[in-house]
Amino acid sequence: MTMTGKKERLDRLAELVNRDDERGVSLWQEAFRRLRRNPAAIIGAVILTVFVLVALVGPFFVPYEPKDTIGIREGVVKSGQGIIPGASVEHWFGYDHQGRDVFSRMIVGARQTLLVGVVATLIGLAVGALIGGVAGAAAGLGGRWGRAVDNALMRVIDMMLALPSLLLAVSIAALLGASLSTVMIAVGMVSVPVFARLLRVSMIAQANSDYVLAATSLGVRKPKIALTHIVPNSLAPVIVQATLTLATAIIEAAALSFLGLGNPDTAQPEWGVMLADAQPYLGIRPALAIFPAVAIIITALGFTLLGEAMREALDPKLRK
Amino acid sequence: MTDNDILVEVRDLKVHFPIKRGVLFDRTIGHVKAVDGVDLRIPRGQTYGLVGESGCGKSTLGRALLQLTPPTGGEVVFDDVELTTLPPARLRAMRRRMQMIFQDPMSSLDPRQNVESILTEGLQTHGIGGNRDERRAIIGEALDKVGLPRWALSRYPHEFSGGQRQRIGIARAVVLGPELIVADEPVSALDVSIQAQVVNLLDELQESLGLTYLVIAHDLAVVRHISDIVGVMYLGALVEEAPSDRLYTEPLHPYTRALMSAVPVPDPDVEDRRERILLAGDLPSPANPPAGCRFHTRCPWAQPTRCADERPVLRDIGGSRVACHWAERIASGELRPRHAGVGVTQASDGAAAPA
Repeated sequence: MTMTGKKERLDRLAELVNRDDERGVSLWQEAFRRLRRNPAAIIGAVILTVFVLVALVGPFFVPYEPKDTIGIREGVVKSGQGIIPGASVEHWFGYDHQGRDVFSRMIVGARQTLLVGVVATLIGLAVGALIGGVAGAAAGLGGRWGRAVDNALMRVIDMMLALPSLLLAVSIAALLGASLSTVMIAVGMVSVPVFARLLRVSMIAQANSDYVLAATSLGVRKPKIALTHIVPNSLAPVIVQATLTLATAIIEAAALSFLGLGNPDTAQPEWGVMLADAQPYLGIRPALAIFPAVAIIITALGFTLLGEAMREALDPKLRK
Repeated sequence: MTDNDILVEVRDLKVHFPIKRGVLFDRTIGHVKAVDGVDLRIPRGQTYGLVGESGCGKSTLGRALLQLTPPTGGEVVFDDVELTTLPPARLRAMRRRMQMIFQDPMSSLDPRQNVESILTEGLQTHGIGGNRDERRAIIGEALDKVGLPRWALSRYPHEFSGGQRQRIGIARAVVLGPELIVADEPVSALDVSIQAQVVNLLDELQESLGLTYLVIAHDLAVVRHISDIVGVMYLGALVEEAPSDRLYTEPLHPYTRALMSAVPVPDPDVEDRRERILLAGDLPSPANPPAGCRFHTRCPWAQPTRCADERPVLRDIGGSRVACHWAERIASGELRPRHAGVGVTQASDGAAAPA
C-alpha cells in the first residue's frame, strides 16, 4: 500500500465521519454553543428579549396616552391633598401625581430607556475602542514612538478615570445643556476610559504572542497585523464589558434624569424621570417609585446575566 | 568548502535588552546581554543545532538572526545580503526566504484563523499565486508535504492535536518556499512519540526541498539526531562548535563535557559507573556576566591564571572550535578537575534509615 493511497482512504473516511460537520467550528460558534447551555445566559436573554419587544412594539398597544392627565381631568387625583389612587382594573399600576396612567408610562418609557442605554454604550465603545486601539497598537508594535503615543493617550484616560463618574457626567451635561443627547454623550463618555484601558491591555498582551511574531516573520505589515490578528483576538473582553456597561448606563442615565439633567421634555416618560418624579410622594404612594425602580433593576440584571455568561463562554481558560 | 556554500553568516552578533527603572522617566540602569558576540556560519542545505541551558540566549539568537528582535550590534549576512541594515520593505520581501517554526504550536497559531487562512496569509503578503484557486493548489501541496489531510483547510487550530498543530506551523513555514528555517524548540512541547514523527518530517522536508535549518533545542538527543554541526551556547556566547558526531564523542570545552555527562546511557551497568560532572551554582546573571571566561565561576577545571581575566575566543582545535584557554591540556588529561562534585558516582542501594 503506497503512502498516497493510504492518505486518500483516510480522507474519504474522514469525509464520511464528518458529513454533517463539513466546516470547522470557529471560536465564536463554539462560544455561542456554550452560551446556549448556560441557564444564566438563557434567563438574561429572555429578560432582554421581553424588554426589547416592549420597547419596540409596546407603545402601539398602550391603553392610555402616556402624557394625558386623565386623573386630574376626572378629578380623581388631588396630589396637593395627597390623594393618588392606586392600582385598579382600569389603571393597572394606578395614577401618578399628575393623574397620568403609570402602566402606559412604564411601557412607553422602556423605549427611551433602551435608546439611552444602547446609544450611550455605543458612544463609549466607539470612542473608547478608538483610543484604546490606537494606544494598544502603538504600544504593542510601534517601538519607542509608539510607546510615547500610548503614554500621551493613557494620561488623558487617567484624567478621566480620576473624576468620579457621576461628577464627570454632570459636568459634561452642564457643559452641553440639558437634552436627551446630552444624557447619551455624558453617560457614554463616562464609560470611555474603561473600554480604552480594556482594549489596550488586551491588545498589548496579544501583541506579545507567538502568532504575532509568526505573522511578522511571514512579512505581514504591522498595521495589517494589528487589524487582522491583534484586534479580533482582543475584542472578547470589550464585548462582554459592553453588555455590562449597558446595565450601568441605564442606571446612570436614570441618575442624570433624576438630577434634572435629562430630557427637557419632562412629560415624556422615561424610567429615571419617573423615579425622580415619584420622590415627593414616597410617603403617600411608594408604588410610584417601586415600578420604575424594579423595571430598571430587572433590565440591568438581564444585561449583567448575559454579559457574565458571555465572559464565561469566551474565556479560553474555561474551554475544554 | 567555499564561501558560496555558506547560506547564513553571523558576525559578532549582540542583542542587549535595556533594564529600565524610574518613577516618572525611565532610566536605563543596565543591560541584559542575552546574546553577546556570536559568530557562526550555516552551510547551505545543512542543519546547525544550537544547544544550551534555558536563559543562555539561544532563542534570542534565533530571533535576532531573523531580525524579529533587532540586534544591538553585529551583522547577519543571508546569501550575501546584510540583513541588519536592510530597509524595512526589502527586509519584508526577504522574509519569504527565511521562516520560523515555533515551540508552542497552539500559541503560534491565531485561534481565530482556519488553516486555509493561516497558510494563505504568507502567500498573499508576497503575492504568490494569482487567485484563490492557484493559492489553494499551493496550499494543498504544502499540506501533502507535512502529512495533513485536505479537509484540515476549513478547521481551526483548537480542533487539532498537538502534533497536527505543529504540522500546520511547519506547513505555514514551508508554503512560502523558504531556504532557511529557524526552528525554536520544534518538538519540546510534544509527546515523545510525536517528537520522533516531527523530527523525521523535518528530515524529509530538508531532503526534498533542500532546506537549511537552524534548530534550537535543549534536548541533546534530538539535536544530535538532526544536526550536522552543533554549537553550544553559554551565557550569550558560543563555547564550542563542532560537527555533530565529534562534539558528542569528543567534547572539548568543560561546559560541553558537563552537558554530555548529563545524558543518561540506556545501559544500567554503564550508567552506574560512568563519570558525571556536576556543575556547582546557577547560571550567572546575563546583566552582570563574570569577567574573563564566562564559565570560570562554575568550571571544575578553572585555573588561577587567565580564566578570570581574559575572555577566551573560539579557536580551531582539530576541526572543532572551542572557547577555552586550556582545552588541549584538559583533553590530554594533564589538567584534573578540582570540584568535589566531579568523579565517579556510586550506585547506592538506598539504605533507608529504619524508623
